[in-house]
Amino acid sequence: MNAVWTEMSPYLALILVGYLPNEIWRVFGLVLARGLNEDSQIVVWSRAVATAILAGVIAKLIVFSTGALAGIPLGVRIGATVCGFLTFLAIKRSVFAGVVAGEGALLLGGWLLGH
Amino acid sequence: MPASAPFQSTTAAFLGGLRSALTSAFFLVLAGTYIGMGALAHGFGMGSWWLALSTVLIWAAPAQVILISSLGAGAPLIEVAIAVSLSAVRLFPMVVALLPLLRAEGTRLRDLLLPTHFTSVSMWVESLRLLPGLPRERRVAFSNGLSVGYMGTAASFGFVGYYLAAELPPLLAGALLFLTPMSFLMSTARNAKAMMDQLALVLGLVLGTLLTAANIQLDLMWTGIGGGTLAYVVHRLREATA
Repeated sequence: MNAVWTEMSPYLALILVGYLPNEIWRVFGLVLARGLNEDSQIVVWSRAVATAILAGVIAKLIVFSTGALAGIPLGVRIGATVCGFLTFLAIKRSVFAGVVAGEGALLLGGWLLGH
Repeated sequence: MPASAPFQSTTAAFLGGLRSALTSAFFLVLAGTYIGMGALAHGFGMGSWWLALSTVLIWAAPAQVILISSLGAGAPLIEVAIAVSLSAVRLFPMVVALLPLLRAEGTRLRDLLLPTHFTSVSMWVESLRLLPGLPRERRVAFSNGLSVGYMGTAASFGFVGYYLAAELPPLLAGALLFLTPMSFLMSTARNAKAMMDQLALVLGLVLGTLLTAANIQLDLMWTGIGGGTLAYVVHRLREATA
């Protein structure tokens, strides 16, 4: 019994404190979006709020990094972000080019400062 | 890719979405992000199949990072649930903005259940870009194909990262974690053609940093409501004077 519990508890935790608190927002969206069309003001406002929250997540991941990324200095992370974004703007708004440039700058900066 | 190709059937639209997923920049980004996620799960002692299940059920990279790192560190379960839920608030306005685009004449509620669960940044950004060019009756199938492609990619590369983890030097592991914010930033910027979306993006970046630095509770929620509403109001004022 105890062995089964030890085996199953990470899966139970995944459902209870991972899946459910995450999924509930999607279900709320489904309920609210019924009967709305894409030009509704609440849909336009929702797009603005979703974009701003997403931008907040991006800022947190870059500025207040966790894990292995936190080991790379903040200045390098921000410099690499700027480098990637300028490349993105310069090369026809290519996401791929921007990500490659940002990653390249991060690796170079991290490597130079690590030596 | 040209989204104007008229699909003859639902199956063709699904396969079109799948192909679009596997050939977009997001394919590489998801592969890299989930190699990083696999490395993280390995580091915190979670199982590889547990990670795959969390990818299918949660399907949101920030929530998964929070779940893995806080469960792995032994945080109280209620704290984990609150943190995951806060990171997921963005899914609510995303679903509200996406579903009207997917709906056609005769679309039933149950047809929208899968797209609702599939809603995540990659799928949302690509759907908003590609769906307007498709006939309405093919949009749900296309979007499901797109999502299955992305989710399959993510789950597969989670395993790769998990088994690579022991070999990965810290700088490379950091670079993999950097993929998520880089790709989110640039794909959102690419989609932000209207002034309102660009303003919301900039305000969100600034407010997100300031509110987190100031240790404000529920920082992401206030970033979204504050930054998003301000961008919306500016947009309405400009429309009114135009």
